[in-house]
Amino acid sequence: MATVLESVGRRTLSDLDYVGSLNIQLWATLRAMGNALPFVGNRYRWRASVRQMLQIGVDAMPMVSLMAICTGFILAMQGASELRRFGAMHYVIDLVAVGFTRELGPLLTAIAVSGRSGSAFAAEIGTMKVTEELDSLRVMALEPVEFLLAPKYLAALISVPCLSILCNVFGIVAGGLFMFFSTRLAPLLYLRYALGSIALRDVITGLIKSVAFATIIAHVGCLEGFRVRGGPDSVGRSTTSAVVKSTFLVIVADAIFTTIFYFTGAN
Amino acid sequence: MPIISIRDLVVEYDGRRILDGLSLDIEHGETMVLLGGSGSGKSTLLRQILTLERPKSGSVVVKGIDVTRCSQAELKSVRHSIGMAFQSAALFNSLSLEENVALPLREHTRLAPSIVELVVGMKLAGVGLAGFGKLHPQELSGGMKKRAAVARALALEPEILVLDEPSAGLDPIVAAELDQTILLLKEVFQMTIIVVTHEMPSAFKIADRIAMLYQGRFASVGTKDEIRNSQNPRVRQFLDRIPGNITKTPEVSAYFQKYMQAQEAYE
Repeated sequence: MATVLESVGRRTLSDLDYVGSLNIQLWATLRAMGNALPFVGNRYRWRASVRQMLQIGVDAMPMVSLMAICTGFILAMQGASELRRFGAMHYVIDLVAVGFTRELGPLLTAIAVSGRSGSAFAAEIGTMKVTEELDSLRVMALEPVEFLLAPKYLAALISVPCLSILCNVFGIVAGGLFMFFSTRLAPLLYLRYALGSIALRDVITGLIKSVAFATIIAHVGCLEGFRVRGGPDSVGRSTTSAVVKSTFLVIVADAIFTTIFYFTGAN
Repeated sequence: MPIISIRDLVVEYDGRRILDGLSLDIEHGETMVLLGGSGSGKSTLLRQILTLERPKSGSVVVKGIDVTRCSQAELKSVRHSIGMAFQSAALFNSLSLEENVALPLREHTRLAPSIVELVVGMKLAGVGLAGFGKLHPQELSGGMKKRAAVARALALEPEILVLDEPSAGLDPIVAAELDQTILLLKEVFQMTIIVVTHEMPSAFKIADRIAMLYQGRFASVGTKDEIRNSQNPRVRQFLDRIPGNITKTPEVSAYFQKYMQAQEAYE
């Protein structure tokens, strides 16, 4: 019994330590973010941010688009198979448009970015730690949080919501293609119905989620990198851990946001 | 007043004492060589001087600032006056040699890009790497990496230069060249140089004073001649390459006995 309690206690303390570290890192990054901004900040940080935006955002566009098209088709087909029985095929449009804008767009994007960029952040920072590059930065009076994390976080904050919008567009277009082939619904008419079913608050709640997911992915990825201890095998473990933890936390955050929006009437 | 003053420094890792009440003064323009066996605490002492870790107790005063208790701004100003070449070189693998050396100049000075380019060229030429600036660290030999690390450490013309095992793993010719470079730097820039090394010929060539560490304490501190003529058993063991008793412990004897018995049984 004592062993079980000890184990639970140790695990709880470890989780609290992790959450505490994430919060400290987030706060330190927010304080350093000014230096990553254009015009007012350090131009080298802004250039690093732009490079990161290309890697997180532009390079992920084909993958996110393809995932959105597939999921849009799947959602429309699954919805249609049930709604057809009630003669409510037109609700497929609402299902796809609202489902993507509020939920699937931000979530699919977060999963894609977590797999691509969260793991890359952990691997990059972890390798720098193993090779003493992080110590080297500190000795040069360059704080790794400002030098590495702030540009990544700024890039994620801009790229992930943009990718989410792209994901929404492709998901809704995929639903439109399905409707055209299954019911011969004219694409322009589909578009008008789809836009009519989306309210501004749906877009805003989706974007709020995207920003939260970007925060989780960037910070979990970087923290896993900073927590690397030992050699190259530890970098591998931290990379896996970054993807697993950020995906898990994204889904938990999604559930929390959806609950809040549901009970406050925002959804 | 010494440029670095260490007082009663105690460092522990997980309850294990690594440095046990060290005190040492390093004067302006002095070359101090830290000698000692593996695990004697040499690199730990360097990490304390560079404030990469915090001690359990004691103080490290660099240029009049106690770096174990100072503010971030004070720490930054101290770090501007220290150049460090790590044992692993710790060059940024994503940057070329030129960019590695230019990094501290771009970050901490307002020099025009053309002047930065000029300074970088001079620093690389100073360590015999003129013409190699466009190469990346992974394209260099071990000796070239070490020299590039010295060039980067010299970029801001620091008052204190710290070199961790600069000649470890280098052939005798390259190691001798590096010693020449250190002597030249001292003569030209009047730098305070701290060198951690195992290489006795190198130590006696470059040092003004030598501090010999043994199990987290100074076994002896003195000039080259004092150390050379020292009768301290730890110093004599190190200088005369007298093997320790590592193979005479009961555990090792039992292991060898078991091995011999197993071999006899097999035959």
